[in-house]
Amino acid sequence: MDYIISAITTIFSTSFVTMAITKGISLLYGALGEMMTEKAGNMNLGIPGIMYMGAVGGIFGAYMYENNWSSSFSPFLAILVALAFCLLFSMLGGLIYSFLTITLKANQNVTGLALTTFGTGFANFLGGSLAKLSGNDGLAVVVRKTGKAFKTTLPFYEPMANSNSGFLKTVGEVLFSYGFLTYVCIALAIGLAFVFNRTRWGLNLRAVGENPGAADAAGVNVNAYKYIATMAGSAVAGIGGMYFVMERISGVWQNNALGDTGWLAVALVIFALWRPGRAIWGSLLFGGLCVLGTCMNVPDQTKEIVRMLPYIMTVLVLVVTSLRKRREDQPPQSLGLSYFREER
Amino acid sequence: MSDNTAIKLVNISKSFGSVKANYKINLEVRKGEILSLLGENGSGKTTLMNMISGIYFPDEGSIYVDGQEVCIRSPRDAFDLGIGMIHQHFKLVDVLTAAQNIVLGLKGKAVLDEKSIENKIADLCAKYGFELEPHKKIYDMSVSEKQTVEIVKMLYRGANILILDEPTAVLTPQEADRLFEVLRNMRNDGKAIIIITHKLNEVLSVSDRVSILRKGENVGTIDTANATEMTLTEMMVGKKVELDIARPEPKGDIKRVEVKNLTCLNKYGYKALDDVSFDVWGGEILGIAGVAGSGQKELLEAIAGLQPVQEGSIVYFDPEKDNQPSQLVGKTPREIKELGVHLSFVPEDRLGMGLVGSMGMSDNMMLRSYRQGKSAFTDRRSPKALAEDIKERLEVVTPGISTPVRKLSGGNVQKVLVGREIAAAPTVLMTAYAVRGLDINTSYTIYHLLNEQKEKGVAVVFVGEDLDVLLGLADRILVLCDGQVTGIVDARNTTKEAIGLMMTKQNNEITEKGGEAEHE
Repeated sequence: MDYIISAITTIFSTSFVTMAITKGISLLYGALGEMMTEKAGNMNLGIPGIMYMGAVGGIFGAYMYENNWSSSFSPFLAILVALAFCLLFSMLGGLIYSFLTITLKANQNVTGLALTTFGTGFANFLGGSLAKLSGNDGLAVVVRKTGKAFKTTLPFYEPMANSNSGFLKTVGEVLFSYGFLTYVCIALAIGLAFVFNRTRWGLNLRAVGENPGAADAAGVNVNAYKYIATMAGSAVAGIGGMYFVMERISGVWQNNALGDTGWLAVALVIFALWRPGRAIWGSLLFGGLCVLGTCMNVPDQTKEIVRMLPYIMTVLVLVVTSLRKRREDQPPQSLGLSYFREER
Repeated sequence: MSDNTAIKLVNISKSFGSVKANYKINLEVRKGEILSLLGENGSGKTTLMNMISGIYFPDEGSIYVDGQEVCIRSPRDAFDLGIGMIHQHFKLVDVLTAAQNIVLGLKGKAVLDEKSIENKIADLCAKYGFELEPHKKIYDMSVSEKQTVEIVKMLYRGANILILDEPTAVLTPQEADRLFEVLRNMRNDGKAIIIITHKLNEVLSVSDRVSILRKGENVGTIDTANATEMTLTEMMVGKKVELDIARPEPKGDIKRVEVKNLTCLNKYGYKALDDVSFDVWGGEILGIAGVAGSGQKELLEAIAGLQPVQEGSIVYFDPEKDNQPSQLVGKTPREIKELGVHLSFVPEDRLGMGLVGSMGMSDNMMLRSYRQGKSAFTDRRSPKALAEDIKERLEVVTPGISTPVRKLSGGNVQKVLVGREIAAAPTVLMTAYAVRGLDINTSYTIYHLLNEQKEKGVAVVFVGEDLDVLLGLADRILVLCDGQVTGIVDARNTTKEAIGLMMTKQNNEITEKGGEAEHE
């Protein structure tokens, strides 16, 4: 009972809400990236690894920029450099996956899992090396300035936070206390929902994931769509990794910083039934459940139980959707299968 | 070349390995006509059409569209030339709507303008008499609706040459009539239409001209007005070829299986077998003839217990129990197998049924025997011995009995499959397409094996594609057409034409004939 009361009081605190949102947005990035690749029929289980690569890419870029041009630090340039390296690293991961599964037709699950192992190791190696170089006892890489640049809020947040009205203060804190990437992510989700359902590009993409044979016969370049969707999806997921270290932990890299964020993102795709719109509120729910344990004043064992909740929710959604058997709620039909034209 | 020619093929050849699928074919289709492409299974109809629609590339020869020589490398190229092919297996995305499938892959504005797309579809439907709901999802549609979507999809892309691969195979007669109506409308609009078929009545009722392919060659093109079922059948089956297959006299006097009034449904809910009755005797080879999809597969599977039976009975006379009759309907496939009724089915891809491609010969032998014995461990020794034995006797060419069977050539895979069933000493051996894709020598090895079984008193059921083989090997031939038995004849005293006619017989004639047979 105490726990429930503690949970309820936690949920209504602004610090909980902001933490839930930042956690949720990093999940949402990962989930949107995974969704793009899965719509093209590629089950990319390498997303957790790619998020690590994106995260360490951002840290690497920021570290290089801060330490080589620290005399004239420009927040804008810092963001640009971090973003560029983040995209470079995560898309490299996407390219490995695409080349193996699309061109060489390797098994997608095996490739994805290998990529996750590789990406995590790569990130820890590079991050750990940077930490050694930066001298912080080899434990962490700190790029506070870039982290701060990423957390630059919208201009009207300052006056709201400083106002005397408690209401304005709370609204400002809950809705506007985040960096630009937070809002970009929401916009991206809405944009993707539009692209998937209303555009030619989305139609062709869905056809590739559902029935590549039909798409091929209709004149869609199946491999091009798979490559582009997987690479773009990796880029988005990589940004999610960087968002986590820049926005959520303010520009600090420690090894294994992302924890199980990547796997939660994969679970979120299933929870959202491959729909970007649903993923928005799903990400808030998942984010909330993730940080609930941390925010609550409860023993560690209990926190672990609370951390299980997102996965339990995903299992429940799977059970319910398989009982309802609506075709629209099913994963893309040829998800996980390589496409050989000869097997018509 | 006249302006009226839509597409012209000159000396087109295509080989797959050593098999000549098409050899120096010349074909011409005019605007505003329906051309039927008629031929037996494996006569090269679909291969030829696949070359026009960009799926295969011809080994030699040239294709002219509107008088220009063209090179068709991909389905995309075919679209650009206005060629649209409607495959037997529809190429549609289930979760998308009809309209979305129709515009799939087309260039245009990034954001879909659903209004104008629907208007264009509605125009097409009105023009040619289609009935189509653009918002309906494909998975909610019947087969005939899906076919309509495919045809509209091609027309939407501006196809002027339409190829339909056995369009009526999955339709009810009423749906087929509606399709023909639409095809006539399109013909009158100046489209060139090719339909691949082996149903003579369709050829006669819908087409203007008919080209007949036999064993990969074009044996002639005639105006439908001058054609009769008789002339078409003769051209289709050709002169009888003496194959000189040994055929020992049947010595069977024991009835082994009695099938009575058997009716089964296919996956679409239509009757795949309709009131089928026949007997199989020990020591004979019963050939089963019929165009593809006439119910051969369902018949064998029903006997083997793999296909649910709607009505009728299958009685097996068990030699171990003094030929006591026992009912097979309702028994599991395993029980039926243990009674000695064995099925070796060779599907198109050969490995699809009965063998595991990545396992070696001896492991594949084990698939039949691993349940035997009481020990918790499987007996590996006897399957190994069996595999060695089969390899020796049937001359299976393989590096070793543990080489994965998918690495073997097709003929050798078939030897393994048939050999395994024979080794189980069956009392009823059913084989379907046992010589599919095999060269002559290997085919003879298989015929020899079947004859051996027959002499041992086994009742052999042989489903074949090649009429010459059926006539040379079987003692009696049962002919199926649309799931009905159109005749059971003595293979020694019949002609290819007679069987060919029975294979393509019309429903009304069948019922008349069936009625007569009952009176006798």
